[in-house]
Amino acid sequence: MPTDDTVRGRAARNALTIGAYAAVFGVSFGVLATSADLSVAQTCALSLLVFAGGAQFAVVGVLAAGGATAAAVVSGLLLNSRYLAFGMVVTPFLRGSVARRALGAQLLTDESAALALAEPDAREAVRTYWVTGVVLYLVWNAGTLVGALVGEAIGDPATLGLDAALPAAFLALLVPLLRDRPRRVAALAGAGLALLLTPVTPPGVPILAAALGGLAGLRVPGGTRDAR
Amino acid sequence: MSWAALLVLAAGTYACRAAGPLLLGGRELPPRLDAVLGLLPAALLAALVATQTFADGTALALDARAAAAAVALWRGAPFVAVVLVGTVTAALLRLAGLP
Repeated sequence: MPTDDTVRGRAARNALTIGAYAAVFGVSFGVLATSADLSVAQTCALSLLVFAGGAQFAVVGVLAAGGATAAAVVSGLLLNSRYLAFGMVVTPFLRGSVARRALGAQLLTDESAALALAEPDAREAVRTYWVTGVVLYLVWNAGTLVGALVGEAIGDPATLGLDAALPAAFLALLVPLLRDRPRRVAALAGAGLALLLTPVTPPGVPILAAALGGLAGLRVPGGTRDAR
Repeated sequence: MSWAALLVLAAGTYACRAAGPLLLGGRELPPRLDAVLGLLPAALLAALVATQTFADGTALALDARAAAAAVALWRGAPFVAVVLVGTVTAALLRLAGLP
């Protein structure tokens, strides 16, 4: 059994690893948003209030391409609709007072959910969720402010391979979850459904629809009820 | 972008995030729903991996990200190593001219 200290160290180390990437993307968001004629205040408000990288890049991308504000908002909301499903999944980590749950909900990201879900022990999962969420919130907003103020191109993160890190990280977190047949079926159905829908729906919707893939796992015998 | 539009986006996003924790949190869930929630993480994470690896906007694409993701299948590798090796793999492939 790992000691309390090593587990705590792992939560912090993993959060800081993801945080380093979020910082770079935060800076590039700040640069991109201000170059799309958003004020520094609005750029920072997006990161503080929306706090969702994919949606923020999508919104600024639509605006920079000359799209209507309404189209930008709708594409951002569609991308973030997946948080409905992720919110259900992290609900067990957010027990407690209404204020605590309301605050924890704002810290929900793909990364904080994924790292917490990969933690087998329930108490460590709660700690991982909060540590990751707080770290990401701080570095994402600090990065945004720096990018918005400096306003100089730091280069496309894709050239540095940074965009490839997240799917690799999510896959590393997914593999240990696939410990029984129902979960493997759910994962296959979710991934398959998401890829099928990608060409025909706006980004974000395939992930939300993939939640239905979870239902496919219910039909498979051999499930464990300790499911979280 | 108007402040009103920005606030609509923020409020809508928060509503999606908070629906589960605020409406379901603090109460016992029926066993059937609990079983569904147990399978959701695998389905959602797999969908994230699939789209972030093979989707470029609404188009499907096979590029350096797939090689980087394959690094994650290296058994027993520490999380930090997966992330770093994945990044370096994609950067090198792109340097070599792959998309």
